[in-house]
Amino acid sequence: MKLILDIALTHVLARGRQTLIAIFSVATGVGFAVMIAAMLEGTENDFIDMLVDTIPHVVISDEPDRPAPQPAHAVFDAAEIRGLMPQVRRRGIKNPRATMAALESWAPGPLTPSVRSNSLLRYAGRDLAVSVIGIDPAREVKVSRLAEHLRSGSLKSLYTASNAVILGTRLAERIGARVGANVSIVSPSGVRINSMVVGLFRSGSRQIDETTIYTLLTTAQILENQIGLVNEIRLRVPDPMNSQPIAQRIAQETGYKAVSWAEANEDMMSSLRVRNIMLYAIVGAILLVASFGTYNIISTITHEKARDIAIMKSFGFTARTIRRIFVTEALILGTVGALAGFLLGYLLCLWLGTIEFRNPMVDFDRLPIAYSWRHYFLAGTAALVSSFIAGYFPARKAASVHPVEIIRGAA
Amino acid sequence: MSTARTETVIEARGVARILPGIVPVTLVRDINLSIGSHEFVAITGPSGSGKSSLMYLLGLLDLPTEGDVLIRGRSTREMSEEESARARLTELGFVFQFHFLLEEFTLTENVALPMRALAAYSPAEIRERADGLLAALGLADHRHKRPDQISGGQRQRVAIARALANQPSVILADEPTGNLDSKSSDQVFDILRSLVDEQGTTVVAVTHSEELARRMDRHVHLIDGVIVSDEKARAPAS
Repeated sequence: MKLILDIALTHVLARGRQTLIAIFSVATGVGFAVMIAAMLEGTENDFIDMLVDTIPHVVISDEPDRPAPQPAHAVFDAAEIRGLMPQVRRRGIKNPRATMAALESWAPGPLTPSVRSNSLLRYAGRDLAVSVIGIDPAREVKVSRLAEHLRSGSLKSLYTASNAVILGTRLAERIGARVGANVSIVSPSGVRINSMVVGLFRSGSRQIDETTIYTLLTTAQILENQIGLVNEIRLRVPDPMNSQPIAQRIAQETGYKAVSWAEANEDMMSSLRVRNIMLYAIVGAILLVASFGTYNIISTITHEKARDIAIMKSFGFTARTIRRIFVTEALILGTVGALAGFLLGYLLCLWLGTIEFRNPMVDFDRLPIAYSWRHYFLAGTAALVSSFIAGYFPARKAASVHPVEIIRGAA
Repeated sequence: MSTARTETVIEARGVARILPGIVPVTLVRDINLSIGSHEFVAITGPSGSGKSSLMYLLGLLDLPTEGDVLIRGRSTREMSEEESARARLTELGFVFQFHFLLEEFTLTENVALPMRALAAYSPAEIRERADGLLAALGLADHRHKRPDQISGGQRQRVAIARALANQPSVILADEPTGNLDSKSSDQVFDILRSLVDEQGTTVVAVTHSEELARRMDRHVHLIDGVIVSDEKARAPAS
């Protein structure tokens, strides 16, 4: 097969400018495909990492899986009951210690109880709706990244003052409070407590940083006016991508609503998918256009080389050999183009990685870029396949050249 | 020199070639021709008499509409494309009016091409043989040049070297001297002549030149696609 390769190489090298253009077009396609794939996966990973880091992987809340049937329904066999005073359900997860112990027996990761209370933060004459989350610092560090997100203070400092709170940085900015400030929190149950800001955290998610206050479990329980209340159990799993089945099992076993992070952010996950489909379609189009360059040069060469093809066939080259020569030429262009594209793509990725980036929803300093051999493999394979197809049709035409017609015509 | 005992190398039996169409065109018909080893055959005829068409049929470049062409007694009628390509590679060599060398390759590479396609020799042997053939045709000094760097006569000699690459039994030449000045023509003719006399190769040459035809051993004359005369030359060529 060295003969085929020799002839193919000679043909390709003899047409320097056109060859360069074809290689360049394949390289551009592959390079940008790699770049876009790296950017897509990079931002997606970063986004998911951020999400997975800041929010618990599975949240078990005290809402029942289905709305509880009212006792009246069980007693009266009626189609509709009017004017009924619904039974008031005691809030919180029943017997949280036992529930947690049961979950701990099989759940793959640590869990922590918390109390979530929607309250009002009052400071310097401003009222803001906030989520107060009562936590157990010792357990919290195992489940969330809160400790790492702290900008000032520590989780232990929650014990240093009565009703101590940790505020999101953006929330603190909005009300103008600093560490040491005294704020008051008013709950829907009508309880009002005075607290001291002992720390600030910044998770990277604007929504969380703007509306969340952390405090001790007991403080939140006082706020909710119910001793021993736990209305949320959060779970961290080693493999976040696989948290959905765990959430389902928890819901089944406890009867409480358990939601995985992916389910909670379904809209974002599906918009990521749509974004991927769109961008991969664009990448596909780029590669397709690049393959036209290959098609163009191979059909030009076969056209110009009709005489050579005729003579090679006259002294005994088979149609198959001729076809292989031209397909090989296309594959040479595709391979060299793909390799040049790998380099281009890698350089583009390096360059993109230096760009500073600001996003109103999320903040990361640099555009995150994922480097993966799969991007190169995919773009390279697509380039080779499209080169093969682009070369095959002109090659087939070349192989069907009838030597007599050419020789007679050229004489 | 071998004895004068000749065996039939190439034979046409009732060959006709008709181009299909609304008005079918007959290129050649009723061709019965038997050419043996050591023969130097001229095919002549006026323009459009079908002499080139006959050569293409004998060279398996074209398929007869009727009849059969036999190469060393083997029918080619039912041959696949691969088989007939193989027969051209091993048994036949072509020299055309236009040299048809591959422009991007050196002379050595051009001559080596059919040998590499056959792959009967190692690459080193092929190179050596190609250079040997070029040297035998007086082109040793030019072997690293490309076809556009040498003269027309030299190119035609390279084409002959290439036709000889796989030691074919038959050289088919279509107006081999048609584009050459008289000095180059004589050179090319002498080479063909020595092939017949010294190597025992059969040479079939199409030419419109009666003068050239007279210098060959056998003269087949075509008019309107039919052989009208087929005679041995009376005086051996000088």
